[in-house]
Amino acid sequence: MTRLRPVAAALAAVLLAAVLWEVVKVAAPDAGVHVGGASILPRTDAVAMPHVWDVVQRTLQPETSAAGAPSVLSSMLHACWFTLGVAAVGWALGVVAGFALAVLMQRWRVAEESLEPWLVLSQTVPLVALAPLVVGWGGRIHLGGLEWQKWMSVALIASYLAFFPVAVGALRGLQSPAAAQVDLFRAQAAGWGRTLVRLRIPASVPHLLPALRLGAATAVVGAIVAEVSTGTKGGIGRLIISYAQSASGDPAKPWAAIAAAALLGLVAAGLVGLIGLGLRRFRHTEVS
Amino acid sequence: MRLTSRSAWGTATIGAVTALLLSACAGSGDAADAPSASGSSDATPTKVKLQLQWFTQAQFAGYYAALDQGYYEDEGLDVEIVEGGVDIVPQSVLADGSVDFAIAWVPKALASREQGAGITDVAQIFQRSGTLQVSFKDKGISSAADLAGKKVGNWGFGNEFELFAGMSKADLDPATDVTLVQQQFDMNALLSGEIDAAQAMTYNEYAQVLEATNPATGELYTPDDFSVVDWNDEGTAMLQDAVWANTERLADDAEYQDTTVKFLKASLKGWIYARDNPEKARDIVVAAGSQLGASHQLWQVNEVNKLIWPSMDGIGTVDEALWKQTVDIALHTKNDQGATVITSEPDDDAYTNEYVEKALGELEDEGVDVRGGDYTPLDVTLEAGGK
Repeated sequence: MTRLRPVAAALAAVLLAAVLWEVVKVAAPDAGVHVGGASILPRTDAVAMPHVWDVVQRTLQPETSAAGAPSVLSSMLHACWFTLGVAAVGWALGVVAGFALAVLMQRWRVAEESLEPWLVLSQTVPLVALAPLVVGWGGRIHLGGLEWQKWMSVALIASYLAFFPVAVGALRGLQSPAAAQVDLFRAQAAGWGRTLVRLRIPASVPHLLPALRLGAATAVVGAIVAEVSTGTKGGIGRLIISYAQSASGDPAKPWAAIAAAALLGLVAAGLVGLIGLGLRRFRHTEVS
Repeated sequence: MRLTSRSAWGTATIGAVTALLLSACAGSGDAADAPSASGSSDATPTKVKLQLQWFTQAQFAGYYAALDQGYYEDEGLDVEIVEGGVDIVPQSVLADGSVDFAIAWVPKALASREQGAGITDVAQIFQRSGTLQVSFKDKGISSAADLAGKKVGNWGFGNEFELFAGMSKADLDPATDVTLVQQQFDMNALLSGEIDAAQAMTYNEYAQVLEATNPATGELYTPDDFSVVDWNDEGTAMLQDAVWANTERLADDAEYQDTTVKFLKASLKGWIYARDNPEKARDIVVAAGSQLGASHQLWQVNEVNKLIWPSMDGIGTVDEALWKQTVDIALHTKNDQGATVITSEPDDDAYTNEYVEKALGELEDEGVDVRGGDYTPLDVTLEAGGK
């Protein structure tokens, strides 16, 4: 039963969000709350905040009145599938890069001290500034027969967000063994490589798992934002913008896509959580 | 239930395989978008990339129609239409050489030129401005002068200069005589009364308000509920969608010059097709992957047609008077930050009618009506939410 707890918790969180949404709608005035011209609470009328059930109902209706138009739900599922795929590629890249950096920083103190500020700096560069650059560079890359595709730019941007928590988490994990344990390995004449594989990596698991989950969520966020800013077709980020064009006449439609994007982040983190099942014996205590 | 460590690894493996499948799927999904290299002409077709300002929508119907109808292919061109995004600046993409042509508004492109982008307007597709200031009728705003004392929405980011020029022309000081409000890209603030007059494009946001339900009647709003200030009538319109080419390549690359004429000829033909077959043009855009509703798209084709037709000098010709008006406003109108679009007169490379005239000549030889003197717009009925 305990295994189902995260799923139950996620469902409860979604339900809670829906209930809160409706409470705000009932409690706050339609025009929102303003103090001295500054908006404290947004408008809560049907256009700004449609009812949860209207949004759910809208997902079952066709996207447009054109013959053969798919339902909003099926469009969203397709789009989420695409974004999840791109985010998975980005996440995998980010995990490899983040873990490699962590190993490097664990091995040489100098690397840690010189790289750490850059890691932090990398996360302060706004995505919107980065996205056009990545697309621009990508447009000129031709690796043999491989032509750079826009989704690759999106995956790259997703990996750029995903690598950071992995690098930080993995480094803390690799440094977590007690001095006595490291000394024991040294006393047995184990080299750095053997200590890494036999001691540090197993010890890093409790730190690494939350970092991987966080990385998955940020990869999804990165993929969504990058889709929007690079104009990549097919994903949920793009769908939000497309649907937002009917925000005034059909407000439930964009909100459905926004909810789907949020759920996608949960699903991605949940999928990565499955990895933890296979690593049970290393999870003495999980740090989050 | 107890998972043995073996079955737990199994679960993890399934997870990993799923991720792999997903990535494979993402790969193949996009491969379908790659341009097909099959051209019907004998010679290898010339590859051409066109950068749009925004996602696929009927604002670009002419180019999609030219592609769909094989006009580009007939000219020996293999055209790939590259969609825009929130942070994609078409004129920068063009200037850095990633694409061959780009669609951009004239004032924004002039600003990029001043910052060093080597680009030239080779065809002025939209002859009129599509920007409006929309308000509820009871606010009594039917001209720029009526904006005095009102809450006036605008998008900023260089979209505000027609509005500011209009207010200045009506002797209003934008800084003190009106309350400026930064507007979102939806029209909810107008509908809820938070702003009195909202910026709207005829082909997009104005349709959005007409697709919204009036809570008082339970029916959709109608044009009778609103008044619009049209900058074309106020005399402060600026030129919008134009085809831009790379200045340097135009100067010394004979093949590119030739491609430019061919590209324009086919594109103009596409726009003519959209004029004569608005419903089919709508279907082409929808098939090209637009997720906007069908009635909204038809509205958009129709409104865009109104911005183009009639073009009495021939579609795509830069009208000198309108160009001058655009440059004047770009030079002299200050926005709320005190900035102008450009600081000095653009040089002679900013626009040329040379290529569009050649393209028009060839089209006229084929007996095509390039002016649309007797163009009559459709009467499009919008449905709720643009469906």
